[in-house]
Amino acid sequence: MDAPVIEIENLSKSFGDNHVLRNFSMKVPAGKNLVILGKSGSGKSVLIKCVISLITPDEGTIKIFGEDISKYDSDELDKLRARIGFLFQSNALYDSMTVRENLEFPLRRHWNKEQRVKGAEQAVMEVLEDVGLSHTVDMMPSELSGGMRKRIALARTLILQPQIILYDEPTTGLDPITAREISHLILQVQKKYNATSIIISHDMNCINITSNSVIMLIEGKRYAEDTYANLQHYDDPKIHEFFLTV
Amino acid sequence: MKGSLLKRFKFLDEMGDIARFTGRFFREITKPRQEYEEFFRQCYWIGYKSLPLVGITALIMGLVLTIQSRPTLVEFGAESLLPSMVSVSLIREISPVITALICAGKIGSGMGAELGSMRVTEQIDAMDVSGTNPFKYLVVTRVAAATLMLPVLSNLSNAIALYGGYIGVNIRGHVSWYLYWTQVFNALSFGDAVPSLIKTFFFGFAIGIIGCYKGYNTKYGTEGVGRAANAAVVLSSLLVFIIDLIAVQISDLLNLT
Repeated sequence: MDAPVIEIENLSKSFGDNHVLRNFSMKVPAGKNLVILGKSGSGKSVLIKCVISLITPDEGTIKIFGEDISKYDSDELDKLRARIGFLFQSNALYDSMTVRENLEFPLRRHWNKEQRVKGAEQAVMEVLEDVGLSHTVDMMPSELSGGMRKRIALARTLILQPQIILYDEPTTGLDPITAREISHLILQVQKKYNATSIIISHDMNCINITSNSVIMLIEGKRYAEDTYANLQHYDDPKIHEFFLTV
Repeated sequence: MKGSLLKRFKFLDEMGDIARFTGRFFREITKPRQEYEEFFRQCYWIGYKSLPLVGITALIMGLVLTIQSRPTLVEFGAESLLPSMVSVSLIREISPVITALICAGKIGSGMGAELGSMRVTEQIDAMDVSGTNPFKYLVVTRVAAATLMLPVLSNLSNAIALYGGYIGVNIRGHVSWYLYWTQVFNALSFGDAVPSLIKTFFFGFAIGIIGCYKGYNTKYGTEGVGRAANAAVVLSSLLVFIIDLIAVQISDLLNLT
């Protein structure tokens, strides 16, 4: 078996008296979509923010591509982040910039000026085609619908062709049809870029479409791990209640 | 009693945070990879875009001060001292402080609201993830631009306010253009202009750092954005007066008054 791309061991994080993550461990194999399923406030978003070092854990280790990221300095972290895409729950598009400028923003740090002059336009158009929104290149984020903004945010995530993509509730706030389109888009992206993904979600349709395996996160602890199909047949009421909504 | 004590500690806690934030500004500004493009964009927004507001206020300020001072000087038969008195008042105190207060309202609240909304919509985190240091890109550029633009605005405000004074003098009397400016420049010395110019750098820095601090550390969603903008204006306006008081004391100690 290949070495896992992401390996988390005994991760704990508290905010004051609120213990968000407790001794959480997991491994994500290369090229797979792992879904973290849990109720709101169960620590899902904190977990992936620890993976990208936006939040520093209290205890435990996170290894990405086999290396402990807690030992990285800011330059090493920047290099690592170029290989990781992060789709924010709120999309986090820069309001004051056009779609083109939003997509070019990650390139300014990781590409030199010559590369940007020669290749930025092509890279922008390529990712926009991937998400089916080439015509929005000169529009402002405020002119786009919720689903379009999500697609543009995904395009920005893809522009550096990341090997790992972290999705923070990618379908939250979208209508069921758009949510389904985004779920299929995640699947297409995974196939095209052969990326390893962690998807934070409690949208059961999205999980059904995108997941290779699912980890249940309950009260900051890893409660169960299995495929979506198998989890459906668990008798445990804590697991079963998630499937009641399907 | 306990609540009031805690409140006092909270105030001290915030002062400590602002001091750390300021320290980080000085550390980051010396590190390589300067964000020149964003810095010039901020200079344009802070300097050029504030000019109409500062200009109109300065003109009215000069005009009103002259009209209001005339009756008192007439009473003492010292009407001819009107240009001298107005120029010294404007250059030394009124024009820099009013310009700084206007900028605290316009720029400080703008920074608080803009960075605050970027914080709550995760745009600052997105910048961090994309490999751009958000502190350097957002805070350093804005604080540096505010520090450099406020003296420029203040000097322009001085000139416009003095022109307003010329109009004010000529509403009820007649003083020629040449005589007015001769009296103005005879009344002024470097001891009036230089300390006034120096303190505007500090005004600009205080407005920038407080606006950015409040915005960058916004919490509690959209409600927090409003609070950040409001707190940025209140605290930076207060700081303008405190810096002014310190500057006056220093000028006095150095016999520049």
